[in-house]
Amino acid sequence: MATIKVQEENFDIGAEFAALTAGRTDIGGIGCFVGTVRNNALDQRVTAMTLEHYPAMTERAIARIVEEAERRWGLLGCTVIHRVGRLVAGENIVLVLAAASHRQAALDATAFLIDWLKTKAPFWKREEFADGGGAWVEARKADDAAAARW
Amino acid sequence: MADTDAPLTILYFAWLRERTGTAEESVALPAGVRTVGDLIAWLTEQSPGHASAFANRRAVRCAVNQDFSDSATLLHPGDEVAFFPPVTGG
Repeated sequence: MATIKVQEENFDIGAEFAALTAGRTDIGGIGCFVGTVRNNALDQRVTAMTLEHYPAMTERAIARIVEEAERRWGLLGCTVIHRVGRLVAGENIVLVLAAASHRQAALDATAFLIDWLKTKAPFWKREEFADGGGAWVEARKADDAAAARW
Repeated sequence: MADTDAPLTILYFAWLRERTGTAEESVALPAGVRTVGDLIAWLTEQSPGHASAFANRRAVRCAVNQDFSDSATLLHPGDEVAFFPPVTGG
């Protein structure tokens, strides 16, 4: 049973962790990844970014990625929260929690989930620069390679 | 039976939305358009903005009825077709 949310508001990592593990004694390890807005991109200073998504498709696309992780690593629990809208530098963007019996499955599933979220879920980032300009973030070959290794 | 007169809903995201100047439009499935690739060719003729959005086809991804698709995907009346750049979430 996974928790999947797409929301504008911030998430509380502690609260999500508690919700994932409440009443559970079978979990042996939980992987956690938090993506945040970095204040630089190439040679530009980034002040904020706006995340756009495809509402009718987003949660379904994330659910498929989570199902794949559950199938591959036999997860005991999983939480994916992805924020949308305008976020300033330093703010949280995405939370991935993956619970498993053993650490390797938890860590691998966490890496898999964020790699696939970056390349297979319909989100787009537009960065705002300190000089007043802005640009859509371009997909990186390194991200495709990271997703392909799974 | 699908409604054979139902128009396509076409959605644009990110810079495709900016270049076409629209987030959503409704068009009757044009004569001769069978695939996503055919639709792109048809849309390119509709306005300079559309032509600009599809100028670099290799940079355009699509989904039909919320599933990732490609230029060979067949279209049917009433389909929702979305065009967008490669995704950059996470």
